[in-house]
Amino acid sequence: MNDGLITTVLIALLGGALRVSTPFMFVALGECLTEKSGRVNLGLEGTLVLGAVVAYATSYHSGSPWLGVLAAGGAGAVLGAIHGFVCKLPRVNDIAIGIAMMLFGTGIAFFFGKAYIQPTAPRLEPLSLGAWTGDAKLATALQINPLLIVGVIIAFCMWWAFANTRWGLLVRMSGDSAPAARAMGVSVDLVRFLATAGGGFLAGIGGAFLSLYYPGSWNQGLSSGQGLMAVALVIFARWNPLRCVAAALLFGATGAIGPALQSVGVTQGYYFFNAAPYILTLLIMVGSAGSKQAAREAPGELSITK
Amino acid sequence: MEPSPWRGVLQRLRRDSEYIAIPVIALVISAVAFSLFLLAIGKAPLVFFELVHRGGFGSAFSIQNTLQRAAPLIFTALAVAIPARIGLVMIGGEGALVIGGFTSAAIAIPMLDRISPMPTLMIMALVGALTGGVWIGLAGFLRHARGVNETISSLLLTYIGIAVMNFFVEGALRDLTNPNKPSTKPLGDAYMVGKIPGTDVHWGFAAGILIAILLHILMTRTTFGFAARVTGGNPRAAMAQGLPVGKLIVICSMLAGACAGLAGFFEVAAIQGRANASIAAGYGFTGILVSFLARHNPIAIIVVAIMFGGIVASGGLVQRRMDLPDATVLVLQGMTFVILLVSETLYGRFAFFRIDEGRDRT
Repeated sequence: MNDGLITTVLIALLGGALRVSTPFMFVALGECLTEKSGRVNLGLEGTLVLGAVVAYATSYHSGSPWLGVLAAGGAGAVLGAIHGFVCKLPRVNDIAIGIAMMLFGTGIAFFFGKAYIQPTAPRLEPLSLGAWTGDAKLATALQINPLLIVGVIIAFCMWWAFANTRWGLLVRMSGDSAPAARAMGVSVDLVRFLATAGGGFLAGIGGAFLSLYYPGSWNQGLSSGQGLMAVALVIFARWNPLRCVAAALLFGATGAIGPALQSVGVTQGYYFFNAAPYILTLLIMVGSAGSKQAAREAPGELSITK
Repeated sequence: MEPSPWRGVLQRLRRDSEYIAIPVIALVISAVAFSLFLLAIGKAPLVFFELVHRGGFGSAFSIQNTLQRAAPLIFTALAVAIPARIGLVMIGGEGALVIGGFTSAAIAIPMLDRISPMPTLMIMALVGALTGGVWIGLAGFLRHARGVNETISSLLLTYIGIAVMNFFVEGALRDLTNPNKPSTKPLGDAYMVGKIPGTDVHWGFAAGILIAILLHILMTRTTFGFAARVTGGNPRAAMAQGLPVGKLIVICSMLAGACAGLAGFFEVAAIQGRANASIAAGYGFTGILVSFLARHNPIAIIVVAIMFGGIVASGGLVQRRMDLPDATVLVLQGMTFVILLVSETLYGRFAFFRIDEGRDRT
């Protein structure tokens, strides 16, 4: 391969990272919020799919994609609220409920989504930030979707809020030591309920991106495990919203390896590269799960790392 | 007064009936919730349940169809139940099913027409069980060795398994004479698993029941099963007792994967006749619900699997007659699963099931 090809592939990877990282980012931020409060929501894959169909349907009927984004967030918040409410009951296993909510969310989405496979809904418009480069390929790669920017802003807000606000402290305290939080008169259940609903809201927006921006239509194969990978990603990002953004970009780039190589004529192993993000997630989990650093930064109440 | 010798037995029955009563209550509530859902979208719930009854259990034909679909569910539910006994939430049955089905179809290709059907099928089953076992065994190993959450890793392995199958089925192992759907070379009628004599149900159903019984004996009547259950109850205590926790976890995971791999083998060798995307039909996911409903008890799994086999089998009829999308079954399953898990909170809350041990002695 000569330099020209390598540049093409790298630009395609950059474009891919900026294009497909958004759902990872939103789900990871949502899960980050939930896990910081000491609860795990494995069902965000279902939330992502339901968010996608709700956003598409709302955009189709109202003509406003941004209303669709909000509706997707709302649907995600409802699923998150159910999860949050159910998990506080005694003897209910949050990991198992997560699996059940994943199946439930996917089922509801497929059920109501059937009618929306055909029609075309108004989509989110990209922002062209690459015109100054004067390079057509780079300009295409730098077409930024507005949700990416929203996601990065939310990540910075969360990062700041965890460290500097009363609410951030409440969430972290509930996550690190429920008895200590209770002793301070904090309702741990309420904090976790709100954090789970909020996490669902963000994951729902991630779904809106899938149906309203890229790939930009609704079908049953829209999400294939992005929600799940994003949950795994939070452990890698060590419960830090800014690292969640970085990890999401890395994942976007990995997902783009297959199409990028295909664009320069390397078609062999296309299906293998489809598996690349999953394999990378697994390797990352192997690498980060056992690390002492991760163990130190994990919220103390989390069942997933025990 | 001497207590009657039957008293203890009756009391134990009364106590244990809680484990049947609460899932049944959960099922009834799920049926009510699903009826409300159907009413909300303007469909008649009674028609739905009548069609499920007719499509799943109404005639000899539909019952055989149901048993046929119960076979993979028994295996995939066992793939959840065995790790659950040792305290793992392993949900990668679908991936082990796909990888087991695919490898058994792949190993058969060079053997067709060279080796007679019976040994070929034996080798296929063995390979399917082995690769499935390695697949879930890997998730168990990573759990023990590196503390990787087995729920996430086993689900990731499912996506990887499906991608691996697609990679080969669309590439090196694709049967070029079949332009419609990327598949491996067909096994041919001579190399298919037969039907149980007198029925239309393939041997996979009988194998599923046999393996469920064997695994039940293994988990309840042997030292291995006891050690596994101790580990499931409290891994630290088990380790302090000197039990080989890591080995137990990996073996239980491998047994689980082997079950799911066998489900894949039977889907390939008894239903599809070749490996293609059709074998990833969601049996692995329904199996999770079956196992939870059966409280991870292999014998109960047989009953629950037949029930859900009926629901799956009636799906087509329900779709056609009521004009409902095929995802209706997913909604029903999802609702049932959530309600069932919520019902866990009811254990120990009803005085009826509690036995006052001390009462007779005073």
